[in-house]
This record gives sequence, structure tokens and C-alpha cells, in this order.
Amino acid sequence: MDVFSSLMDGFATALTPMNFLYAVIGVLLGTAVGVLPGLGPAMTVALLLPVTYALEPTSAFIMFAGIYYGGMYGGSTTSILLNTPGESSSVVTAIEGNKMAKAGRAAQALATAAIGSFVAGTIGTALLAVCAPIVVKFAVSLGSPSYFAIMVLALLAVTAVLGSSRLRGFAALGLGLAIGLVGIDSVTGQRRLTFGQPLLADGLDIVVVAVAIFAVGEALWVAAHLRRNPLQVIPVGRPWMGKKDWKRSWKPWLRGTAFGFPFGALPAGGAEIPTFLSYVTEKRLSKHPEEFGHGAIEGVAGPEAANNAAAAGTMTPLLALGLPTNATAAVMLAAFTSYGIQPGPQLFASQGPLVWALIASLFIGNFLLLLINLPLAPLWAKLLQLPRPYLYAGILFFATLGAYSVNLQAFDLVILLALGALGFMMRRFGLPVLPLILGVILGPRIEGQLRKTLQLSAGDPAGLWSEPIAVGIYILIALILLWPLLFKLYRRNRPAATPAGIPVTSGSSAPRDATGSHSHSSRSGGEPSDGDGDG
Amino acid sequence: MSSSPTLASRLKGRSELGVALLLGAAGVLVLVDAIALVTPYSQSDPVGPKTLPYLVAGLLIVCAIMLAVNVLRGGQGEAEGGEDVDLTHPADWKTVLPLVGAFVANILLIDWAGWVISGTVLFWGSAWALGSRHYIRDGIIALALSVLTFYGFYLGLGIPLPAGLLEGVL
Repeated sequence: MDVFSSLMDGFATALTPMNFLYAVIGVLLGTAVGVLPGLGPAMTVALLLPVTYALEPTSAFIMFAGIYYGGMYGGSTTSILLNTPGESSSVVTAIEGNKMAKAGRAAQALATAAIGSFVAGTIGTALLAVCAPIVVKFAVSLGSPSYFAIMVLALLAVTAVLGSSRLRGFAALGLGLAIGLVGIDSVTGQRRLTFGQPLLADGLDIVVVAVAIFAVGEALWVAAHLRRNPLQVIPVGRPWMGKKDWKRSWKPWLRGTAFGFPFGALPAGGAEIPTFLSYVTEKRLSKHPEEFGHGAIEGVAGPEAANNAAAAGTMTPLLALGLPTNATAAVMLAAFTSYGIQPGPQLFASQGPLVWALIASLFIGNFLLLLINLPLAPLWAKLLQLPRPYLYAGILFFATLGAYSVNLQAFDLVILLALGALGFMMRRFGLPVLPLILGVILGPRIEGQLRKTLQLSAGDPAGLWSEPIAVGIYILIALILLWPLLFKLYRRNRPAATPAGIPVTSGSSAPRDATGSHSHSSRSGGEPSDGDGDG
Repeated sequence: MSSSPTLASRLKGRSELGVALLLGAAGVLVLVDAIALVTPYSQSDPVGPKTLPYLVAGLLIVCAIMLAVNVLRGGQGEAEGGEDVDLTHPADWKTVLPLVGAFVANILLIDWAGWVISGTVLFWGSAWALGSRHYIRDGIIALALSVLTFYGFYLGLGIPLPAGLLEGVL
């Protein structure tokens, strides 16, 4: 079997002593940084990017694989042991996980999260190894029109489906695209948005943008609202599970994986929706529904598995299409690019050994995570008690260091601060960060494909829908964009029949719509509903 | 639910108009910049460098207008929560401004005084701004971090951070 032998070669590369060491370092660093409050997986990867600069690509990506899963796992530890969840993907884990921890079952919650992550991550990575070559086989037949459509879909889906306000999502997307415009146009050599500043000619380094928006923005935002009374960290011993816990966990793990992987692989994927779906499913199927809300282990096992399976799923479009679907993948794409490696269908042909070593090290990283994290959990819990001034001073310190070390220019730090202020503003006013980051990364690529498409069709816009896949995707995009409108029409038509033409404007200006509510209703139960476009 | 908002909530929501203003300004900036580009029509590049900027400018300006309307009608963005975020008290500028000050000091110092000094200032200043009052301990940690990262980057990663004033000492 072709996949199998390639994968074995990958393992051979990844298991050389040096590379294995990098995997271990990656898992340790990733978990340590991921556990720290305020640092999600995307920020973890962005902050640790400079550490990998000196390595050759294969070793760097092996380390990345460790950082990626480590950061994911670290986040769930935080949300179980602290009262409030950090990143959106561990919101659901926190609901039951924190209740379990409070009831003295922190060890079991951490164990089911760790083992569930391992199970889901392993199955997810196996699916990745099987699916990615299939997607590649399909993707090599695609031309620029289809790629253009797929990227537009990814951008619009992330903007329109995730988050609570579409309008604010699109605003963030616009800002991201504008940032992506800065620099010399690759085709004509024209300078765009550089304002005569030669240092801007090369464009804004994506590492600087990511670190600014994630790390600096977050540090400033937390500084403005720092909790005066620190959260209680629940002390924890070595995670373990009893027989009963195993019995109650294994099905949710598998179901969570089934939810997580496909959603992770979809353009609007992410982990929010599958974790929530998994939670709801477990609640419905549980033999102990009365325990939900008081620390049901199924409510930790399922969503955690879904979270990790989604993380594996995300790698499929990233590796096979060069399409990032969440912030972490976007930062990883930036990392690939900085090594001169272009993810996409050609990657498997041109950099086959590297890709398979990366996939193999995802397996290894996952296994290490289980091996390292079960015994080290008490240590990670201690990290949560790090004094907050040091934590956020440290974030700023390392953010500065990371951004500066890219080009060794103080000018980059000015940009870091300016974009950090933007990140602060976005957090204050509820503009989602993800569309911005994806806009920065995908904007130039979309433009490239658009130009290639119209070049091939000699300027005829019909070239845009010259491939059947592209047409299919445009229909999908239309459905996504019109979905809230259709939903509204449906609801409106139930009480009384109303003319169909009117709600067009109100539909598009509605800040909160039905699609956003399900992913966020879990965050705060008593959220005031201000669907002011409904009227 | 366009229930008439109270005066207080209207005033509170108004700061978000600044976001709309920023979006609009960004949109106009992109638009003006795109108009200024001079490109002869080229057969090999029918799209040209102006198309995407026009689209982006349009998106930004439309978002700006819609956001302004939305805010005036009482819409509000949801501030982001987090482990260490307590949204019950208003933004604490007495923390943020010194923090920004430490950051700016680092920018000004880094090329001249070198990373070890500017990094120390950054960490110490940030920790101070965030409420730490262990001046000496903070200083030791800050210095240790800066020196360690300096050598770590130089020896481990081959990235020479500026030594600045301490050139020759380090």
C-alpha cells in the first residue's frame, strides 16, 4: 500500500534520535505555553515560531507537530482547572470539566481529556493520512478558477458561519485583506499601501501580524481588565480513571472523533461547532443525564475528543490544498511559506518525505502527549499559578523577541504595537480575530488565483466559472450567505405569510443571526439577545 | 427587537462608532491608494493590481456604514472574555498606558542600547505596570531573561540580537 509505505518512511525520518528529541521538546513547549492562561494554540505556535528558525524544515515541522497538539491539550487543562475557558474550542470542555474538578474529580477529568485526545488524535491523524492523498489526487485536477472559488469559500465561511456577528466578521475580514495588500504587487511591481516607506515594500510579515494580533492584543486587553482576585486553581494529582470512567468515556471519545474530524476538515470548520454538537449528543445519549451540569465525564470525553479530531482534520485541507481553516493552521501556513514550502497538491509530490515525516510526527506527538502529560499534570497545574504580572510581561517580552528576530528591525516592533492596538480594539468591540488572520494570509493568494484565472480566459469573467467544481462552490457560497435570510423567511412564514422581497436589507444588516447563536449560547447563558435586525 | 434603548446604553455604545470610523478611514485609504496606482492595461494581466484594492475598499466602507447604523440602532459587539479577564470593571488605562510605555521604550532602545538592556526595561516595566511591586526580584528575572534569550538566540539559533551599548561585554 502506497500510503502505508510512505508513512513508514515518515516514521523512519521522524524517529531518528535528533528528530525525536525535537518532537519531545515541541510537545513540552507546546503544552507548557498552551497551559498558560491567555495563550491559545494559535498564539503558542506563533510565539514559538522563531525557535524553529534555526532548524532544517523537516526537524522544524516535527517540532511543530508537537507544539500543535501540545498547545491543544494545554488549553483543555487550563479550562478544566480554572473557572473560565480560554479559547473558544475548550468552552464546552470547561462546562463539565470544571464542575468535575470542583467535585474532586479533576484527576478523572484530565485523564479522560488526555486519553480522549490521544484516541481522537490518533484516529484523526490516521484519517488524515488516508484522506490527504485522496484530496490531493482530486486537487491536482483543479485549476485556478476552482482554487479561487475554494479560497473565497474558506474566507466567507469562516466569516459568516463562526462568531456571533456577521457584520463584525466581515469588518475584520476587510481589515485583514487590507493588511494583506501592503507591499509590492508581485505581478506589476506596483507599491500598494506602502506610503513611500521602503520597509513596507516587502509587505507585513505574517509572523509579526499574528504575534501582534494574538499575543500583544491579548496582553493589552487582559491588562485593561485584569482580574483583581485571581481565579482558584483546583489542585490535582496524577490523572487516572476507574473502570466505570473508562466504560463511560470510550463511546463519547469515538463519537466526538466522528464529529470533530469532518468539521475540522471543512472550510468553516474549527472546533467550536463539533465540540458543541458532541456535548449535546452525549447529553442526549447519556444514561446519567442528571449529572450533566454537575460534572458528567461524558461531557468532557466527547468534546475533548472532538476538539483534537478537529485539530487533525484541519491538517487535511492545509496540507492537501494549502488552505488554512483556523488560526493555528493559518500560522502554520505562514511557517511553511517562510521555509519556502508551498502547501498544496504539489507538496506531496515535491516534498513527499517532509509531509510524511510531519504526519508521522503527528502520531508521535500524540503518543508523547499521553506519555508526558499524565505524569506531568500536577506540574502543568502549577504553571497556572504563575503571577499574572510575570505571565503577561513575559508574553510581551517573547512577542517582541519573536517579531524582532524575524528581520532584526525596530520598525517591525512599531507595527507590532500598532497591530497590537488593533487587536485590543477588536477584542473590546467583538470583532473576531480569525477572519482578519485568514484575510491577511489568503488575500494575496486569492488575488493570485483570480489573476491567473482571468489571464487564462484572456480577461473574460466567464473564466471564473469555467470549472464545474467552481460552479458548485459558488452555489455553496450563495447558500451560506443567504442562510440567515432563508432561516428568517422560514420563521417569518410560520406565523403569517409575508412578502419575500422585503427582508433583504434587514437580513444582511442583522448583527446576530441564528447561525451564530448555537456556537455561542454555551458561552454565557444569560446573554442579552439584541437581534435588532429582526424588527 | 428594536426596543428604544435608554440614553445610558446609547452613550455606552457610542464608542463603537470609532470602530466604524476606523473601518471607513481604512476603506478610503485603500481606495485612494488604489486610484493612485498607474498601470497600463496589459493583456497578460487583465485583473491588474487595482481590482482587489477596490473590492477591499468597498467591503470596508460598506462595513463601516453598516456598523455605524447598527451601533446607532443599539447593536453592540460582545467584548471578549478569558481566564484572566474580568469584564465587570471598566478598562483600566492606568495599567495599559504604562504597559504601552514600556513597549515604546523597548522600541526606542533596542537598536541603540541593545536587546539585553531594552528587553530588561520591557519586562521590568511591563511587570511593574501590571502591578508587581517586587522591584529587585523583577529586575533579576528581567535581566536573566534578556541575557538568556540573547545568548540562546545567538548560540542556539544563530540570530544575532543587537548588543548595543554592551557590545564587547557580551
